[in-house]
Amino acid sequence: MKAKVYVTLKPSILDPQGKTIASALQTLGYGSVRDVRQGKYFELDINAPTIDQARSLAGEVADRLLANPVIESYRVEVGQEPVATRGAENGREPAWRGATREEG
Amino acid sequence: MRFAVVVFPGSNCDHDAHHALASVLGQEVELVWHKATDLGGADVVVLPGGFSYGDYLRCGAIARFSPVMTRVKEFAAAGGPVIGICNGFQVLLEAGLLPGGMRRNRDLKFICEHVHLRVESADTPFTRSAVSGQVLRIPIAHGEGNYYADPQTLRELGDNRQIVFRYTAPDGTRDEDWNVNGSTDAIAGICNRGRNVVGLMPHPERACEAAVGSTDGRVVFESVLGVLAAPAAVAEAI
Repeated sequence: MKAKVYVTLKPSILDPQGKTIASALQTLGYGSVRDVRQGKYFELDINAPTIDQARSLAGEVADRLLANPVIESYRVEVGQEPVATRGAENGREPAWRGATREEG
Repeated sequence: MRFAVVVFPGSNCDHDAHHALASVLGQEVELVWHKATDLGGADVVVLPGGFSYGDYLRCGAIARFSPVMTRVKEFAAAGGPVIGICNGFQVLLEAGLLPGGMRRNRDLKFICEHVHLRVESADTPFTRSAVSGQVLRIPIAHGEGNYYADPQTLRELGDNRQIVFRYTAPDGTRDEDWNVNGSTDAIAGICNRGRNVVGLMPHPERACEAAVGSTDGRVVFESVLGVLAAPAAVAEAI
């Protein structure tokens, strides 16, 4: 079972790398790109009998290791379906679903 | 006194710490490999600087699962003095022994220079020989030392006097221009609530001899020697 974990800094935390990339895009003439948040992406291959168990295990490893809950939030997807988000503040987590590209 | 300097794969200030403690301060020092299951009867534990596990994932994120960290946690829980320097501080944060987290430096640069630190609390085993308000000139060398604490954590750090060092101007005044990496509240070092675990980004072990530009770091190690030499003082300090 494949699970995907996306980790980013929490929205309230300054992302100096994202800011630098946004500024580079401005320089390139992409004035419409107002902000960039940089993050990490993990692909997990999980030996689990059900999607629920894979989802639960992916969430557990994200909590314990992949993300630092002090500064980061994460999102887990099993297959195409976004299944869990942790650490987002006040529902301000950006909508990722439409932006996820598969098998690029 | 017996010091344990923990060596993770990728630690690179372990020998600096060993040199400062053994050659300069004349103490007994053992380098303890991260797979060790005991601390060799150490009185003080040092988590040194470097790039444990290549800084993979996050600085200190993998090192905290090293076997020796179980012993370090027990040692800390029993009130033993533990100091994390630079990467060692990051490991203490990841291990949950100290609150908060680290971000990339505000300007994304790896900064390697001497900075000025004001001692905010002389009430830890590593600052006991210093004076509150004293300014130390000590080098930093890091890319991810931009300390972060959320507002609630920051309040608690203040209320419990857990802020041990701040980046300041040479005369000790607070000014954001001197907050070299953009840390929350210019924090350079903190301690736990028990005050026996201290983490800081600057490198006191690289400021113990005039030949390397400063001897201001010695007070950090001399403090803990003083605490251990006088057992009656420990209860007062910790």
